[in-house]
Amino acid sequence: MTGYIEKIKQISERLLKEGRVESVIGFRKGSMPMMNEPCIVNKPDKIKDLVWDSNCGINLTNYLTNRKDKICVVAKGCDSRNIVTHIIENKIKREQLYIIGVPCKGMIDKRKAAALATGEITSVTEEGETIRVKGNGFEKAVPKKELLQDNCAICIHRNPVIYDELVGDLVEEQKGINRYEDIQKVEAMSPTEKWNYFEELLSPCTRCYACRNACPLCYCPTCFVDESKPQWVGKSQDHTDIRTFHFLRAYHCAGRCTDCGACERACPQAIKVRQFTKKLEKDCLEMFGWEAGMTLDQRPPLDTFKNDDPEAFIK
Amino acid sequence: MKIVKINKNKWAEGLDSLAGSYSLTGPVKEQGCHNFKKLNKGQLPDFDFLNTKLSSKSSVFPQSEAMIEYNLDETADNHHIMKEVKKDYSKRAVIGMRPCDAKAILLVKMNFDTPDYKDPYWLNAYNATTFVGLACDQPATTCFCTSTECGPYHEEGLDVLLSDAGDHYIAKALTQKGEELLACAKWTEAADSTVMEKKKKEAEGKIVSSVQTDQLKNKVTLDLYSAPFWDDIAFACINCGTCTFACPTCWCFDIQDEVKGNKGVRMKNWDTCMSPLFTLHTTGHNPRGEKTQRVRQRFMHKLKYFVDKYDKGIMCVGCGRCVRQCPVNIDIRGVCDKMNGYEPA
Ligand code: SF4
Ligand code: SF4
Ligand code: SF4
Ligand code: SF4
Repeated sequence: MTGYIEKIKQISERLLKEGRVESVIGFRKGSMPMMNEPCIVNKPDKIKDLVWDSNCGINLTNYLTNRKDKICVVAKGCDSRNIVTHIIENKIKREQLYIIGVPCKGMIDKRKAAALATGEITSVTEEGETIRVKGNGFEKAVPKKELLQDNCAICIHRNPVIYDELVGDLVEEQKGINRYEDIQKVEAMSPTEKWNYFEELLSPCTRCYACRNACPLCYCPTCFVDESKPQWVGKSQDHTDIRTFHFLRAYHCAGRCTDCGACERACPQAIKVRQFTKKLEKDCLEMFGWEAGMTLDQRPPLDTFKNDDPEAFIK
Repeated sequence: MKIVKINKNKWAEGLDSLAGSYSLTGPVKEQGCHNFKKLNKGQLPDFDFLNTKLSSKSSVFPQSEAMIEYNLDETADNHHIMKEVKKDYSKRAVIGMRPCDAKAILLVKMNFDTPDYKDPYWLNAYNATTFVGLACDQPATTCFCTSTECGPYHEEGLDVLLSDAGDHYIAKALTQKGEELLACAKWTEAADSTVMEKKKKEAEGKIVSSVQTDQLKNKVTLDLYSAPFWDDIAFACINCGTCTFACPTCWCFDIQDEVKGNKGVRMKNWDTCMSPLFTLHTTGHNPRGEKTQRVRQRFMHKLKYFVDKYDKGIMCVGCGRCVRQCPVNIDIRGVCDKMNGYEPA
């Protein structure tokens, strides 16, 4: 994946020089191993800061919401599907965008790397499909496959679905994957087991809302948890309120979530928040044959109505 | 003050004695992270961490705390009377907080304990607590405490400082409270007082990260405020507030009433300047409505306003939590150096 960067820089430079776009949204190198920082570049001399590697898991579509300028964005498979959703939901116009499509082979989960290390990780480098993790008196080379973010390991849309230019050949999509093994396990639980499972899952939540804020879908001017007239949800560490936030967040993403994993990656407490969104993603697939963000030509199932809807309540 | 040696085979026994007189809090590993939790009988604090996920500020400043309760049932005699929630302020001890977290408690104290205003909830908890620190012999690469007037063996704010010496701990009592705690645990074996000094030097030598703060005080506030770098620093920020929740020196809170049926409580909850809600007026106007304004506020408060107001250095002890936990890698070290070195054109 490190091979893409030269092409990303070339395209960005060309677009900025030609005045085709005012700025480019991409990543620059972070100050910590496995961390890159989303950035905006609007002068050609800053292009050298751009990077691309397996640490670009943040979803850049999140930075496009309601922008008015002409803008270039670097987009991997999932980002591109969120761009589609953004366009459908009028959060950005297709004409404003120049999309640099990145055929993606997955992003690294820094927590999986940390679990390998004894002590702190001081550097992580990649050579093709091998990741070299170094720490104090410790060095390990592991296949990237073992360190992928959970959502990347089961991703079946690595290639961007919408783009103006690609930075490399399309990659082979992963086949024969059961995307819902974890969800099926939860589905098989008794109500009490489910309750306990969710309680345990959410117990470290501090309600920082990083999961919500990292998600391109969560752009409401005032989120229901922040509303004060009326106040739907309390603000203390009350379990009911925490649960309410998580369940409602997931429902608001139903039929829109692309399983980009940005929420889970962002959670400082490492809570597997995709457990909720994925269940609804699975339901949308099973009930409506729907995968979010695959086409500009169809509205998501939860904001459309069909005369031949089989449910009686809706008629 | 007294320095004692605690054989690790006397550790559990000592803690057990302490549990008779103090309620104990310490680092516990749950779901892969260390955090400060109440220690149950016989439970040992787990010291195998670089730093805890959240700081130990929660021991005196919990994320959510009920302050006042009331009854809205008009048939009751005492309806609509605000009453302080009864709390247990008997002796407690925090075992194994990092020296940076202890220094942070003193910085926070400047806000909660002033001549004009004293926060009773914070102060009652503070006065009830004995703070037992654990020195850092293996600081993390993100620790920059030696440039924040703190350090891996810093003593300010602590009652006892522990240092791990293999098969035993060396414990230095720093206050009367600390001496009492050591006596209560029956840890009395005298120790070689030079060992700690030596370990302190070694640990300080292992700090690899630093910030420049010497010029902050001389900078003109409005120059920094209108410096050209804020948009660039703030661009990636998702305004999650993780940096402030995790920070041991962030003291802001929000007051909220929560009512269920006729019963109400008035809560004090951590708040964060990174949230637009923090400054939203009832008129709908928001003086810090833009992300850049909020990011600037966080850094200006920690690195300029605080410096000017108290003349006690920066409002950051260099624990590195915000650096490690920010989902988009906004790094206070870089921002601090930028501010410190800024010259207006
Ligand atoms: S990011 Fe994590 S801790 Fe923050 S609100 Fe979401 S689940 Fe809770
Ligand atoms: S809910 Fe999570 S996985 Fe789904 S689109 Fe939002 S950030 Fe991505
Ligand atoms: S943790 Fe990072 S992204 Fe979140 S509010 Fe702080 S600086 Fe912004
Ligand atoms: S600002 Fe960051 S490094 Fe400084 S004390 Fe707070 S969390 Fe620690």
